[in-house]
Amino acid sequence: MNKVVANADEALHDISDGAVLMLGGFGLSGIPENSIAALVRKGVKQLTCISNNAGVDDFGLGLLLQTRQIKKMLSSYVGENAEFERQLLSGELEVDLIPQGTLATRIQMAGMGIPAFFTPAGYGTEIAEGKEVREFNGKQYLMELALHADFAIVKAWKGDTMGNLVFRKTTRNFSTSMAKAGNITIVEVEHLVQPGELDPDQIHVPGIYVHRIFQGKDYEKRIERKTVKM
Amino acid sequence: MALDKYGIAKRIAQELQDGMYVNLGIGIPTLVSNYVPAGISIMLQSENGMLGMGPYPAEEDIDPDLINAGKETVTVLPGGCFFDSAESFGMIRAGKVNLTVLGAMEVADNGDIANWKIPGKMVKGMGGAMDLVAAAQNIIVAMMHTNPKGESKLLPQCSLPLTGVRCVKKIVSDLAVLAVTPQGFKLLERAPGITVEEIKAKTAGRLIVEGEIPEMKV
Repeated sequence: MNKVVANADEALHDISDGAVLMLGGFGLSGIPENSIAALVRKGVKQLTCISNNAGVDDFGLGLLLQTRQIKKMLSSYVGENAEFERQLLSGELEVDLIPQGTLATRIQMAGMGIPAFFTPAGYGTEIAEGKEVREFNGKQYLMELALHADFAIVKAWKGDTMGNLVFRKTTRNFSTSMAKAGNITIVEVEHLVQPGELDPDQIHVPGIYVHRIFQGKDYEKRIERKTVKM
Repeated sequence: MALDKYGIAKRIAQELQDGMYVNLGIGIPTLVSNYVPAGISIMLQSENGMLGMGPYPAEEDIDPDLINAGKETVTVLPGGCFFDSAESFGMIRAGKVNLTVLGAMEVADNGDIANWKIPGKMVKGMGGAMDLVAAAQNIIVAMMHTNPKGESKLLPQCSLPLTGVRCVKKIVSDLAVLAVTPQGFKLLERAPGITVEEIKAKTAGRLIVEGEIPEMKV
């Protein structure tokens, strides 16, 4: 039951070209920094990346865009990245824009074993094209499918060697749902602890969902928009 | 005189009621939190996963693990809590969030809204806007009445790709407060010094004017 691996390179050893990845985080907050750096080192290409955002030019998923390792992104908002825009307009990169709540729930449903669900988001808009519409209680809904990945890669604040995870503040974002949706789930943590050190009443992701966990290092935790009290 | 963005935010703040859970979009809507009336307590929801969002932090309290949906560093108030994005949109879809305030490029007189995409320009994505407009119990749009060319943004129908259909309940613009009714935009209030004639001239969609239209108190 020991899921610990030495580092990001070992954790990501079997990711190959064309893999479908989920990467946790919202903007640059709570992103798996060590794993992204390891994907750049590894040089795997033609990746499909499911992530709410695409990082900025020189940090987060922007690093994988610079090296042209991403073929397709599934995201809700990608507006902070000039390289992303360039690759999209030149046709090098495909993007599938998905409403944020629909994206979160598609990922959540994969972790719950539910193949599809109905949401009102996007009804009557261009994202409804080709989707099944159903009426419930007089309101129109779109059918959306669960979203799975070969690998889910997330960062937690604390995790134990059995894979139980605890997150800090707003870093739960997409990461807890993604951790449950990967065929293989890889977690990097700021603090790797022994079983029993985490309060069982306070676990955000039970270890059953986690396949590999490692102690991360050198977190930069870059802030995208620093705002302070006037 | 037409309201500036602070005036629009102040007028929207008058719509707040004690105990409301409120989601404020980026831009003018965010300013609404500066004008919460005395004696009223609301909880701000940030769709990345927080209730009880507080003001921007002091320099020494900045925490990269604590941001809002605009990716700005913020604080959390006593009684606040964190959750993941799936839960966050669950509470939005289930109608637990009482009021959503957001900006718009265009609103149609049937309540359709367009605020996420301009064809031919870089598409940044809809973020949470489609989820919010499809599900919120009450949606107030904060917007300028006309675009920089002076053309009305309150239209018979939207020309830009839609974010949601028949969902806007009320508009607070720099010129007026309007309700969206089955018969079109109903003029409720004028900005100080703005005439009904000017509002009529700058509203392309169906406009209902009944009786004396009071001035806003801001």
